[in-house]
Amino acid sequence: MANRPMLEIVSLEKRFGPNTILKKIDLKVAEGELVFVIGPSGSGKSTMLRCCNRLEEPTSGDIIVDGRNIMAGTRRDLDRMRLQIGMVFQGFHLYPHMSVLKNVTLAQRKALKRSKAEADARAIDMLEQVGMAHKADAYPGELSGGQQQRVAIARSLALDPKVMLFDEPTSALDPELVGSVLKVMKDLKSKGMTMVVVSHEMGFARETADRVVFMDGGVVVEQGTPDEIFGAPKAERTRTFLSRVSG
Amino acid sequence: MDRFLETFFNPVVMAQYTPDIIAGIWVTLTIAAAVIVAGIAAGLALACLRSYGIRALNFLIICYADIFRALPPLVVILILYFGFPSIGIQLSGPMVLFIVLAATLAAFAEEIFWAGFSSVEKGQWEAGIATGLGFTRTLAYVALPQAVRLALPPLVNRVLAITKMTALGSAIGVSEILSSATTAQSFSGSATPLTMSVVAYLVIFLPMVVIARWLESRTAWKKR
Amino acid sequence: MDIFIDQFFNIDIMRKSLPLLFKGLWMTLQLCSAVILLGLIGGLFVALGNMSERRWLRWISIAYTDLFRALPPLVLLIFIYAGLPFAGINISPFAAVVIAFLLNNSSYYAEVYRAGLISVAKGQWEAAQSTGLSPVQTLIHVVLPQAVRNVLPDLLSNTVEVVKLTSLASVISLSELLYNAGMARSVTYNASPLVLAALFYLVLLWPLVRLVSHFQRRLAA
Repeated sequence: MANRPMLEIVSLEKRFGPNTILKKIDLKVAEGELVFVIGPSGSGKSTMLRCCNRLEEPTSGDIIVDGRNIMAGTRRDLDRMRLQIGMVFQGFHLYPHMSVLKNVTLAQRKALKRSKAEADARAIDMLEQVGMAHKADAYPGELSGGQQQRVAIARSLALDPKVMLFDEPTSALDPELVGSVLKVMKDLKSKGMTMVVVSHEMGFARETADRVVFMDGGVVVEQGTPDEIFGAPKAERTRTFLSRVSG
Repeated sequence: MDRFLETFFNPVVMAQYTPDIIAGIWVTLTIAAAVIVAGIAAGLALACLRSYGIRALNFLIICYADIFRALPPLVVILILYFGFPSIGIQLSGPMVLFIVLAATLAAFAEEIFWAGFSSVEKGQWEAGIATGLGFTRTLAYVALPQAVRLALPPLVNRVLAITKMTALGSAIGVSEILSSATTAQSFSGSATPLTMSVVAYLVIFLPMVVIARWLESRTAWKKR
Repeated sequence: MDIFIDQFFNIDIMRKSLPLLFKGLWMTLQLCSAVILLGLIGGLFVALGNMSERRWLRWISIAYTDLFRALPPLVLLIFIYAGLPFAGINISPFAAVVIAFLLNNSSYYAEVYRAGLISVAKGQWEAAQSTGLSPVQTLIHVVLPQAVRNVLPDLLSNTVEVVKLTSLASVISLSELLYNAGMARSVTYNASPLVLAALFYLVLLWPLVRLVSHFQRRLAA
C-alpha cells in the first residue's frame, strides 16, 4: 500500500452554538486505503464526513486532499476540489426530474465542461461498472433504492474523484438490496479507490476495510485493523458499543 | 322570452358592435400577454435572488411581495393614474394597468416559486454542490426545474386571476373588452354588448380554467 | 421630493379625509362579512355537489365553478348591476355586489373545500359511519374539521382576495373605502386619500398575508 496520504483531516473542529460536535479530529487516509468509521449515533462521524467536502463548514482545522487544502482558496477552487471528492448519501439524492443518464452527465458537462459524447460515454462506462447501464433511460422514481444508490455512486465516479466518501450508503435500503451496493463498493476498493465509509455494516468492514476507526463524543477513541478493533478492542467505550451492535 | 332575447341577444346590436368588442379583445390579449411575461419573469428572478439568502435583500423582497399581495390592484391603479401626473409623470391607462398587474403577479409568482424552492429537498442541493456544480448551477439545473414543476398549478391559477383583472382597465379608460362593452351599451341602450363581453371573456378564459384544472389533477411527483 | 410628499403623503388632507374613509371602511367591512360568510357557505354546497355520486349534480357544480372562475368579477358585477335592469330587475348596488362576488367567491371557496375533502382519507368516512353517525354528522364532526385544517392557508388566502375584491364595488358607486377615497381625491385634487386607503387595506390585510405565508411554510416543512 502506498503511503502517500490522499486525504488528511487536521485538528478538525465543529461547533454548533454551545455544542462541540467534533473535537480536534486528526485522521490520515492513504491512497487506495478503505477507512471504515463506526460509532454510536451522535458521535460526529457523519459530520466529520460532511466537513470533508465542506457541505458542513468546519469551525476550524484543515482538510487536505491530495496535498491541497480545501479550506484555503476561493469559492471556484472549492467547487473544483469538490469534483475530486465523491460523496454518496444515505438518501441517494438523485435528481427526480432527470433520467439516470442525465443524472450522471450533468456535473460532467456543467462543471467539468466535457462534451456530450464524452460525458455520455463516461456515464455508460460507470453505469456498467455498477450494473445499471440497462436503466440509463429510466427515471429515479422507477428504480429500487439499491438501484438508485448504485446510480448515485456512478454519478460521483464519473467525475474521476480522488477519494470517495460514503455516508451510511445502505441505511435507507431494504435488507435484500444492501448486498448489491456493498458489492459495488468492494469492486471499487479492488480497483484502488481511496474510500472513507461511515456505516453499520460490520461484516463488510471486517471483510474489506484496511482500517476501522471508532468515534464517540466527537473524538476518535481508537483505530486499528478490523481484527484489532473487532477482535480485541482496547477502549472500554469501543467494547460497549460493539457488544451492543452485535446484539 | 322574446323580450329577453331582444334585450340580451339583439342580433342587430351584435352586428353593429362586434368590431368594437373584437378591438377590445385585442387590447385585453396584448396587455394580458405582457403582464404574464413580465410578471412571471420578475417573480422568478426575485425568488432566485431570495435563494441566495442575503438578509437585507430578502427583507426587501418579502416586504415587496407582502405589500403587493395585500393591496387591492384597483387602489394602486388609481394612485398611479391620478397621482403621478401631478408629480410630472404621465402614464397612459394601458401602461398603468400593465405596471400594476405585472407588479402584482410578480409578488404572487415570487411567493409561489419560493414555496417551490423551499420544498426541494436539502439533499438535492447537497448532491449538486458535492458534485462540484456550485450554488448557481445547482440552482439552475437541479432546484429550479423541480421548483417550477411544483409551482405550475398554483401559478396558472394566479395568472388566470390576475389576467382577468385587465377588466379593471375600464375604470381608467383603457378600451379593453369591458369598457368597449359598457360604451356600446350606453350608446345602443341595449344590454346585448354586455352579453357579448361575457361571451368574449368566457372564450378567452374558460380554456385557461380547464388547463388549470387539468394541471391540478396531475400528481406532482412520482416519489421513489 | 417635496411635491411627491405633498401629492401622496399630505398629512393635512389625510386628516381631513379620515372621517369619510372610516365611513367607507365600515361599508367595506359590511360587504366583506356578507360576501365571506355567504361565500363560505355557498362554496361548501358547491363542493359537496362536486363530490356527489349523482352525475348531473357533479356536472352542474363543475360548470358553475368553471364559469364563474373564468369570468372577471368586475364583468359579472357590471352585468348584474347594469344589465339586469334591462330585464326589469332593479337591485341596489349593495345587493349587486353581494350577488356578483358570491357567485365568484363560492366558486373559489368550492375548489378549496374540494381539495380539503379529497385530502381526508376515505377510511375516516367509513370509520365514522360504522360507529353509527349519519352522513351529515360524519361530514360535520369528522370530515369537515380535518378538511378545513388541511386547506386553512388556501381558505385564508382566498379570504384576503375577497376583501381586496370589494374595492371593485367603487366602480358602481357603492360608497365603500376606495370609492370614498376616490371622492376625497377628486375634491382635493390630491392622491393622499387614495394612499391612506391603501394604508387601510395594508393594516387590514398584511397580518393575514403574513399568516398565509407562515402556514404555507409550516405545511411545507
